Amino acid sequence: MSEQAEVFDLTLTEEQRITRETVRKFAEAELLLISRDADEAAAAPEGFYKKTTELGLSLIPLPEECGGAGMPRSPIANMLTAEDLGKGDLSLALGAVTPLAFINTVLDNGTKAQQELFLTPLASEDFVAATIALMEPRATFDPSELQTTATKDGDSYVLNGVKTMVLLGDIAQQILVIAEEEGVAAGYVIAASAEGVSIENEAYMGLHSVNTSKVTLENVKVDATAKLGSEEQPFQLQRFVDLSRLGVCAMSLGVCEAMLEYVTEYVNERVAFGEPISHRQSVAFMVANISIELESMRLMVYRAASRAEQGLDFHREAYLAQVICAEKSMEIGNNGVQLLGGHGFIREHMVELWYRNLRAVGVLEGAASL
Amino acid sequence: MINLELSPGHQNITNMIHGMAKSMIRPLARKYDTQEHEPAVELENLAKMMDKMGGGMGDMMGGKKEEEEEGAPKIKNGGQMMGVIGAMEMCWACTGLTMAIPGMGLGNAAISSVATDEQKERFGKVFAAMAITEPGTGSDSANISTTAVLDGDEWVLNGEKIFVTDGGQCTHIVVWATLDKSLGKAAIKSFVVEKGAPGLEVVRLEKKMGIRASDTAAITFTDCRIPKDNILGDPAIAKTAEERKKAFGGVMQTFDNTRPGVGAMANGVAKAALDMTRKILEKEGVVLDYNKRRWNNTALQSEFYSMEADYEAARLLILKAAWLADNKIPNSKEASMCKAKSGRVGSYITLRCVEICGSLGYGEEYLLEKFARDSKILDIFEGTQQIQQLIVARHQLGLSSRELK
Repeated sequence: MSEQAEVFDLTLTEEQRITRETVRKFAEAELLLISRDADEAAAAPEGFYKKTTELGLSLIPLPEECGGAGMPRSPIANMLTAEDLGKGDLSLALGAVTPLAFINTVLDNGTKAQQELFLTPLASEDFVAATIALMEPRATFDPSELQTTATKDGDSYVLNGVKTMVLLGDIAQQILVIAEEEGVAAGYVIAASAEGVSIENEAYMGLHSVNTSKVTLENVKVDATAKLGSEEQPFQLQRFVDLSRLGVCAMSLGVCEAMLEYVTEYVNERVAFGEPISHRQSVAFMVANISIELESMRLMVYRAASRAEQGLDFHREAYLAQVICAEKSMEIGNNGVQLLGGHGFIREHMVELWYRNLRAVGVLEGAASL
Repeated sequence: MINLELSPGHQNITNMIHGMAKSMIRPLARKYDTQEHEPAVELENLAKMMDKMGGGMGDMMGGKKEEEEEGAPKIKNGGQMMGVIGAMEMCWACTGLTMAIPGMGLGNAAISSVATDEQKERFGKVFAAMAITEPGTGSDSANISTTAVLDGDEWVLNGEKIFVTDGGQCTHIVVWATLDKSLGKAAIKSFVVEKGAPGLEVVRLEKKMGIRASDTAAITFTDCRIPKDNILGDPAIAKTAEERKKAFGGVMQTFDNTRPGVGAMANGVAKAALDMTRKILEKEGVVLDYNKRRWNNTALQSEFYSMEADYEAARLLILKAAWLADNKIPNSKEASMCKAKSGRVGSYITLRCVEICGSLGYGEEYLLEKFARDSKILDIFEGTQQIQQLIVARHQLGLSSRELK
């Protein structure tokens, strides 16, 4: 990290290339193949998360003191992984990286002692779920104006508020709640079993395969040491939000890649009026535009991530990446279904699933902060 | 290593060209838009400066060939990258004037990419326009009717060319003509014609909506005679299908190099409009800080961010196409992708900026209305939006031009 590149370059390093190959194979075998069934069942199949530990998503970045390999963080490598997992299935990808997002956010904002305290439980051969709760259930929700509050009470804080779209809320042991104390946001790590915490399953238009929860906090008391961020070193809310936008955007690239491949094959095979429909400009141009906008999205995400990797400011780049990915990925989802006509509407094909999942790209905040 | 920032060297060049364009071109933008077709004498100094900097505008437009280097291949940011960033900065100042700079012609790009050493000696320093389009032939450039017949030591050209950029003020014209129309693409060759050749007549300069500082000529060739060795490339007509494809492919390849350049021009105008709009808005107290969730912004902020995202994406597509070319990786698809995206968002952004700024945008006090007039042509020439989509679609779908017409 922080190595300054000399030239404009889109070449992967040897290490990135090898990792990519592994993750792609995994995504195809372990995510894409079960994507439809998991969506119908509204749950990841038994043993799915355990399998994702093969990728070492949690163990590799965990510091050695916490029982991990202590490999330095690479936003580019994480983004490539998110892209490839997203191509398999967006919901399952989000679930798989949720503990990693927790780990990275604690590493970014926690003291050494806090890191050891909160992260050591995640150093396991098993999948240990931990999650982050940022979003709140209202249309005008904004990460910069939270209604969940933390109130100092002696050596503790008292948390109150409602959080929504909390990924893996049902199985997470720890929840990093983002709340405001007198207008200043910080993270508070609570046990899911703490008194005053109630967790309910939620149902959405898409993202069926990953559990999403509403987390209600009623006078939840946590020790002051559970607070990530202090007056000297404030919780880096912006960085957290920016990285999560990039993570979700990177996954949207994968979904759109899957869509582009699917419709390319379909329009070349589907015959109408005596020839493949791909021979018609109205169809072919839609496919051309999917490929143009997908490449646009990809370069925007890569640029923001490469700036993050080099230690450059990447706030504007991440913001604009989310703007274009939210807009264009949904356009791609919409046109993908359109290209299949009535067949696109039937759950036999994948495109309607991608359509439903892609709507989440403009909705999710605070997920997949890699 | 993935990095989408310019190299420090290219960043310096960008800053330098930007400064030059800002001080020497931008102040003239309105004047020569109003005084359509009047040669901008101030540009001669600029042309000399650019020549000294080691590259005429023909190179900037993508005609330059990289010298081969010995040793292991290294990732390069070379002439193509330089060309597109130069075009962006120049067109940020004024597209019309950029195109009117002596030595800028597309003909120069064609000469530098296909001429023999002897021809480079003769034509390397000229100001060459490019004449392809005819009254009945636009995007289907394989269908041209202008003829070339060899008569002793001379070629005799007959036909009419339109939309010849810089055709009025150039010194030479690269003309596409067919040796035998019945043989299709294979018989199309390009010829360098010096102004003043007998039978060459500039019949009119078009009056246009935008890029008024750059002249657009209609030129007729009536038994126009030129030396035999003014033909660019091989004079033989390819016999086999493969040879034919290769011959015309060579001509079309020039476009793979010039499309990112024209995309860059559109990107430069878009940037100009965004920069000016931001200034006007901030003066009126609008805050553009990327802080609120997208839908918690005002409509104005939200639209501005959308345009910035499209502008940035187009820019990166252009840089990628140039990077591929610099590293000798085929970029036909990417060249068309970047031209398609840049062309359409260029028009969209410049027009939207006029609307957003209301009377200030629509009025001639600022240059926003001029940017909106100038940008439209960049989604048309060097391959229209629709032609670019066709090329991208054929690549993506694996279809031939016969299958996807």
